[in-house]
Amino acid sequence: MHILINIAAIFFLAMGLIFFLGGAVGIIRMPDFYSRLHPAGKLDTLGIFAMVLGLVIYNLHHFSIEVLLLSIKMFLIVFFVFLASPTATHSIVDAGMRAGLRPWTRKTKKE
Amino acid sequence: MKENRSEKQGTWSRKKSGSALFSFCITFVFMFVTWIILSGKFDPLLLGLGIFSSAIVAWFFHDLLFAGATMEQAGVFVRFCRYMPWLVMEIIKANFHMLYLVFHPRMRQLIDPHIIQFQTGLKSDIAITTLANAITLTPGTVTITATSEGGFRVHSIDRKSAEGLPGVMRDRVAHVYGENR
Repeated sequence: MHILINIAAIFFLAMGLIFFLGGAVGIIRMPDFYSRLHPAGKLDTLGIFAMVLGLVIYNLHHFSIEVLLLSIKMFLIVFFVFLASPTATHSIVDAGMRAGLRPWTRKTKKE
Repeated sequence: MKENRSEKQGTWSRKKSGSALFSFCITFVFMFVTWIILSGKFDPLLLGLGIFSSAIVAWFFHDLLFAGATMEQAGVFVRFCRYMPWLVMEIIKANFHMLYLVFHPRMRQLIDPHIIQFQTGLKSDIAITTLANAITLTPGTVTITATSEGGFRVHSIDRKSAEGLPGVMRDRVAHVYGENR
């Protein structure tokens, strides 16, 4: 049982790390301001979800009511990130639009 | 979308509805559950303090969080809970697509950023806000502007992310808030 819990916890933690790495690499590789926001704002949300899920599963080694409350508290972090991340991304995009920054498109690249 | 929200709250606080007791109860339960989760102790003293402070907060702010809450809106809540797992599945699928794009060696040939505009026909501000948040949460698409008439401008990273946009997601959100025409 302990081995199963460990395997699941490691799996989700590694998945979260891959998503965070993807977010970081995406910020560098994407061509312009707007498309950079896609990996920056979004891969992080699933990354933090996977990592918290991994930690919660790891917590289940010795189950008690306090551990359950701790897990709920950790999921509250995910909940607030899910609320705050789209809001922040939207306001950054909005700021770019108001400043008049033109999005990168494939056509302008070819011409 | 934030401006719409604040206007709506202005109208809410002016409208003193008869269901103040109902929204008081909801706020009280919400506050007390939060107290229990965050404290994690079950002494009678601490639980009593929790009940006391939740009651004070609910008394002062019952017209802020769940203002004008009625029994019909419980149906909205239930449908919203059924909509959440679907949204999480969409987010996970789209995240894997985004990960594939980011690590692809010829990423610049794959992506095709463009701005799409569409009219959703959603009426209430909360439905528009939910749809805008759902679009932004799904990787590959970011809401740029959403008007109070339900018009959306969305920046999308490639054609595949954008193809299902005004359709399925709009129908789910419209179903949650009972706006199916």
